[in-house]
Amino acid sequence: MKTGNGDIELAGIVKSYDEGRTYAVNGINLKIPDGAYCCLLGPSGCGKSTILRMIAGHEDPTAGEIVIGGENVVGLAPVERRTAMMFQSYALFPHLSVRDNIAFALRVRGQSKAERYRKADEMIEKVRLTELADRLPGQLSGGQQQRVALARAAITEPRVLLLDEPLSALDEHLRIRMRSELRSMQQDLGITFIHVTHTQMEAIALADMVVVMDKGVIRQSGPAREIYSAPKDRYVAEFIGGQNVLSGKVGKVNGARATMLGASFSEIAIPLPSGRHLEAGQPLDIAIRRDDIELKPYAEKPMLAEDAASVEGTVSAIEYQGNYVKVMLDAAGEDEFVAFVPERKFFENNLTVGEKVLAVWQVTHTQVMA
Amino acid sequence: MNAPAKIHAKAPAKGHAIRPRANGRPWTFYVLAGLFALYLIALYGPMFSIYILSFQDLKGGLVFPMRGFSLHWFEELFYQTRTGDFSGSFRRSIGLAVLVTIITVVFSFMAGLAFRKRFWGDTFVFYLMIGSLVAPGLVLGIGIGLAFTMMGLQASWYTSALGAQLSWTLPFGILVMFAVMSRFNNDWEEAARDLGASAAQRIWMVVLPILAPGLVAVALFGFTLSYDEFARTLQTAGPLNTLPLEIWSMTLNVTSPSLYALGTVSTVVSFLIIGISLGSIALIQRQRAAAARSGE
Repeated sequence: MKTGNGDIELAGIVKSYDEGRTYAVNGINLKIPDGAYCCLLGPSGCGKSTILRMIAGHEDPTAGEIVIGGENVVGLAPVERRTAMMFQSYALFPHLSVRDNIAFALRVRGQSKAERYRKADEMIEKVRLTELADRLPGQLSGGQQQRVALARAAITEPRVLLLDEPLSALDEHLRIRMRSELRSMQQDLGITFIHVTHTQMEAIALADMVVVMDKGVIRQSGPAREIYSAPKDRYVAEFIGGQNVLSGKVGKVNGARATMLGASFSEIAIPLPSGRHLEAGQPLDIAIRRDDIELKPYAEKPMLAEDAASVEGTVSAIEYQGNYVKVMLDAAGEDEFVAFVPERKFFENNLTVGEKVLAVWQVTHTQVMA
Repeated sequence: MNAPAKIHAKAPAKGHAIRPRANGRPWTFYVLAGLFALYLIALYGPMFSIYILSFQDLKGGLVFPMRGFSLHWFEELFYQTRTGDFSGSFRRSIGLAVLVTIITVVFSFMAGLAFRKRFWGDTFVFYLMIGSLVAPGLVLGIGIGLAFTMMGLQASWYTSALGAQLSWTLPFGILVMFAVMSRFNNDWEEAARDLGASAAQRIWMVVLPILAPGLVAVALFGFTLSYDEFARTLQTAGPLNTLPLEIWSMTLNVTSPSLYALGTVSTVVSFLIIGISLGSIALIQRQRAAAARSGE
């Protein structure tokens, strides 16, 4: 059911209100390849939904171009763009049955009842709602409603499907199930999906491409793994989570290594990223993955390997998480410093709150950020 | 012998322990219930007296006791001879109410859609509306009547009275519409647009069907408010009376139970209208359910 090229390019998109006094979106440049599953991720009010609505054609950008399949679509109606949108509330028509909801796009095109019902029934079968075809939306569960909304959008054979917080109306359990359904639906249809969410785990689990936004601008975009393991700056690292962020100043620079000094910790060895120039005294943020950190008894400090970096701290809290144990240290001053210790390993040498420990990681696992 | 019987008697009481006993109501309940009963009697007593007295026989008067039972005074109504122009005023009132209903529904619907967004002067328009709602009806009617005289126009039920009544029914209808619109999800309209529906298709296929029950409620309001409107119509109806005006003038010069018969008939019409409205709302809902069941 592949229907034309759904690659998207946003060039210099600006959306301002009150004659330029407030910006919802401020200079977005983004390329999304055809057939990609792209997640726009950010806190509420960061402009992600506005971008979605501009791609859908429900709002016009103040400046900039939206190019879909090589054609500037600004000013075109949603149908002419061949985009379809799935609303956060699903927006199913309450007075129409599931079948009539799904057939709606065909009805407004003037297709005969027989023809549109035949196509709608095919789509209904695809989303496994055949027994519920004659129900009204009010009689369906949240997950079923989502499938109807998906089918109703997909029947227009769009090249881009836009999903506005599609999972936020569902409970935790259902959310994870519908998440994988969305993903397999996208692979079935083979079209571009753009999915707006404020949940990091959702974005990381689903997307080929994650776009992290803040206050109307893109902070970082790239594959999920890159966003998670190599955040560009403090904002991205903290928003995605799973990282300890340390702030300090560059100390000595020495070949492939450098050191960082901070207010709450002594010298930390950091790698020197290729293509970057660090100068002594320059302020710096680094990120270390919480699962890369090993906790050792404080006494082992002199015995650390050459390629290890460490900070010392006292255990301030311990949380059991099942497959790992979350150990919080007061090692980084104001910033949270957490180690995710594998469950079995934790109970080999049971730590207690108040104990002084050494948090150790490999220097090469350090992400040096802006 | 005594002991087991006692236990047996206690057992059911245990089962009902959670529920309050039938006579477990506080004394305030009886005081309030008594007040409520008095209220009902005061509210419906006089009305029902009139309905009953309208069936007086020929020899009967305006007060109890009933002297026999007949439909004589209802017959009397339809002859203009003694009582007044009942059928004419009835037709005018119905005609006026239908006109008012149509205008109220159309404009309330459009206002409901318009007021979803802010527009220039929206607060001003809203206060104007509330203003005409709270303005004393009699004064407003006199004003409109005077204005017609000054302009040298003949006041009549389908011009000046229509305008005067709309000053009352339109704000009402729009307020009802606000309540109806508060449950309207704007995403519905946007979704329809997203699926390719034109502006007309959005109204016809999505907005109107979803709002239909609410519009019936607005129509019911418009009709009943107009049908028994008195204050605003008094000075604006012109030479030909509407039904409430006719009843009023009859109270001044008719001294027979046909006055009561008129009251009974107009009440029956009111209830018919309410029944038709509620029935049509139920019908809309049943049709939807049926359409949903059969699917075809």
